[in-house]
Amino acid sequence: MMIPRIIKYLLKRGIIIFLTVVAAVYITIWIANMGGYVDEIVKGDLYISISQNIRQNPAYKHLNETQIRELIDALYTNELKRIGFDKPFIYRSFAYLRDALSLNLGRALWLSSDSGSRSVRIIILERLPNTVLLFTTTQLILFFIGLFAGLFLSRRYGSISDKLSVLLAPLSSLPGWFYGIFLILIFASFLRLLPYGGMVDVPPPEDRWLYTLSVLKHMILPVISWLIAYSFINVYVRRTFFLMFSSEDYVELAKAKGLPESLIQRRYILRPTLPPIITDFSLTLIGSWMGAIITERVFNWPGIGSLFYSASVMFDTPILVGLVVIYAYLLAVTVFTLELVYAVLDPRIRVGGA
Amino acid sequence: MSSRIKQFFNQLFFYKSAAIGLAIIFILVGISVYTIFAVPYNEATRLWRAGELHWLDNPRNAMPSWINIFSSKKMPETIILDTSKSQPGASKAIIQAAEKFSKIRVDFSFNYQYDDFPSELNLFFKSNFNVSAPRLTIYWVKPNGEEIILNTILISKDDRYYISNDDKLARDLRVLISRKINRTIEYDAPITLLLFAQEDLSILDPGAAKVMKGNYRLWIDGIIFETSADLDAKLVVYGKVYGWAGTDHLRRDLGIALLWGTPIALSFGVIASVSIALIQMFIGAVSAWFLGGVDTVIQRITEIFMVLPFLPILIMISTFYKFNIWILLLVVIALTIFGGGVKNYRAMFLQIKEFPYVEAARAYGAGNIRILIYYLIPKVLPTIIPSMVLSVADFVFLEAALAILGLGDPLAPTWGKIIDDAYTNGALYKGLYYWVLEPSILLAATSLSFAMLGFTLDKIFNPKLKEM
Repeated sequence: MMIPRIIKYLLKRGIIIFLTVVAAVYITIWIANMGGYVDEIVKGDLYISISQNIRQNPAYKHLNETQIRELIDALYTNELKRIGFDKPFIYRSFAYLRDALSLNLGRALWLSSDSGSRSVRIIILERLPNTVLLFTTTQLILFFIGLFAGLFLSRRYGSISDKLSVLLAPLSSLPGWFYGIFLILIFASFLRLLPYGGMVDVPPPEDRWLYTLSVLKHMILPVISWLIAYSFINVYVRRTFFLMFSSEDYVELAKAKGLPESLIQRRYILRPTLPPIITDFSLTLIGSWMGAIITERVFNWPGIGSLFYSASVMFDTPILVGLVVIYAYLLAVTVFTLELVYAVLDPRIRVGGA
Repeated sequence: MSSRIKQFFNQLFFYKSAAIGLAIIFILVGISVYTIFAVPYNEATRLWRAGELHWLDNPRNAMPSWINIFSSKKMPETIILDTSKSQPGASKAIIQAAEKFSKIRVDFSFNYQYDDFPSELNLFFKSNFNVSAPRLTIYWVKPNGEEIILNTILISKDDRYYISNDDKLARDLRVLISRKINRTIEYDAPITLLLFAQEDLSILDPGAAKVMKGNYRLWIDGIIFETSADLDAKLVVYGKVYGWAGTDHLRRDLGIALLWGTPIALSFGVIASVSIALIQMFIGAVSAWFLGGVDTVIQRITEIFMVLPFLPILIMISTFYKFNIWILLLVVIALTIFGGGVKNYRAMFLQIKEFPYVEAARAYGAGNIRILIYYLIPKVLPTIIPSMVLSVADFVFLEAALAILGLGDPLAPTWGKIIDDAYTNGALYKGLYYWVLEPSILLAATSLSFAMLGFTLDKIFNPKLKEM
């Protein structure tokens, strides 16, 4: 009877997660269109381009002003009908929702990719690798620093290194981009060792190795700024977390039994604490792929964060909706997978059921 | 009660970091109170938006004055000499020369003992003639007694002569000095250097050129063609240091924005973090207490908000509406109240709900609202104070971040605004570090002080960690 219950539970969770995604995307569509305001901009642009086309077309030279007006209006109404703008926004919002959910992301209004394409998919796919490269590297390093330093310090509670980690934790109240400014000031402006920003030298090196080297050089400052900003709090949180678990009764029992320290760490502390840590890490990782708007701006990194920024400032709705849809799907899939894995693996969750 | 408060503070001051944090917060609050009374907000925004004309007597991109204390090379302060004010070094005499015109003689003299050249040199005129403009010849006398004619000009009623922007004068002076030292000055030497430098071989290298120290004179010989007309002149020798904070690219006194940034940052951070924590906690309590439909709705809304990207939406809204900072604060609060925190609070309340004293309250017939406000929330309140204090730092930086993205309040002078100005005007490329460092240090001090206090409060209020 256990299996059907899990399936029922997962099915229910899956539907709820999907509905959450739908609702979030729909809200984004409304916000990103400013409740239909962006449509007015599009309509205005359309009208201007049609009227310019007709007025500059020599074929219509013989028409008088009223005829031209009528022609423009007729073409404009036709064009509105063609792109579905003749109906009120609420109708179109559902069409947008359908397109977004089926990942039919359409064309950007104003922005274009470096290769000149207006396709939202191409624009996003062009930026995504840059962000993934920078922030996955950063998050992986942060994760391992937090894990190992946390374990190490939890074993040495009250030692000088432990006290130091507690003392330094407030440094994490300053965000990564803020340290970034200081690092640029020191290493780029003052010492002139590293580049101010960007992802690769201009012009980019032809040779593949030199290119990689150049990208790595540009990654140093952003990665370090995030490490300074977030490793202290990471270590502190993990250390406290491990400390709480290492005073559990079963750990005491294992100690009393005289089990070796490394075994206790692996089997009695790390194993039960791993699920929340993994959840935390995977959600952080997915979140990091949406880029860090300000860090990317400070370092002029051509990633999703900068794309988000330019799209929001220019009201490029299709790009914004596209980004949110992709993020929502990634998040949903991750959350669902985690729930699936835990439901199968963790007996406590399995018994807890829905 | 008072003994408990005393005990709490004793405990708090046991940790040095909390004492330091509190001290910094007190200093910042003190600065805020001073600022609010000394420079009223309207006055501050007016000055900050006044445009370059208002600040014309200030040097551009000047470093703070106290830099001179630490450096052996003394940077020049700004020297302002005005004939309309009676001050030593500025004098004016008008002599009726004939029936139709009078001669005017304006004399400025100042002692220049700095090790660096001025940044600019301007003359401002005010005259009340009716028809024919006065004609003026401007002379420059160096400490070694050499006299140079700078220019002869006809002036309008409200006129200025930007000496340091006079390209023709620059060419002439270069030729003059080159002839004197028998070598050609190859580079595009600025007028301030040509007028103030020692005329020897060191002038050939812009980095090595030395200031000729001593008494300088600028005098004006003029003819006024109307008997009743008067003329006043003002000489500004722009320095390279200004005030306690320096100036920016629009010659504005950074001190105004640094001062006003303090109350704005503090109130933005504190209001945002306190109200968000309280509202989230209330929503969490409602969700946990009522369960059922209410709980489901709240949980679903929370999940939707967790998918929505906070910063891009905030950017869109602030680009679109150009809100002032307080409405922006409301938007931030509205976007965050259904954040992830609600889930944590709900989990806490689900445990507390089962406590016997809540059961007892329910048994004697306490209403839902009563239980929420008098039984559930007070129990959780102390445990959220640390995170409330900690998150002040986040919101202080959120305001700065919005300003750096070019959003935020277009009027308010804030720290983030200074950093943004500095960044967009290439302060880091040009080596104008003070411009970035001053607001950054204040930002860092603010958030560090709250963080240090918050971490200590965490140890006191959540003793589970302390016993470990």
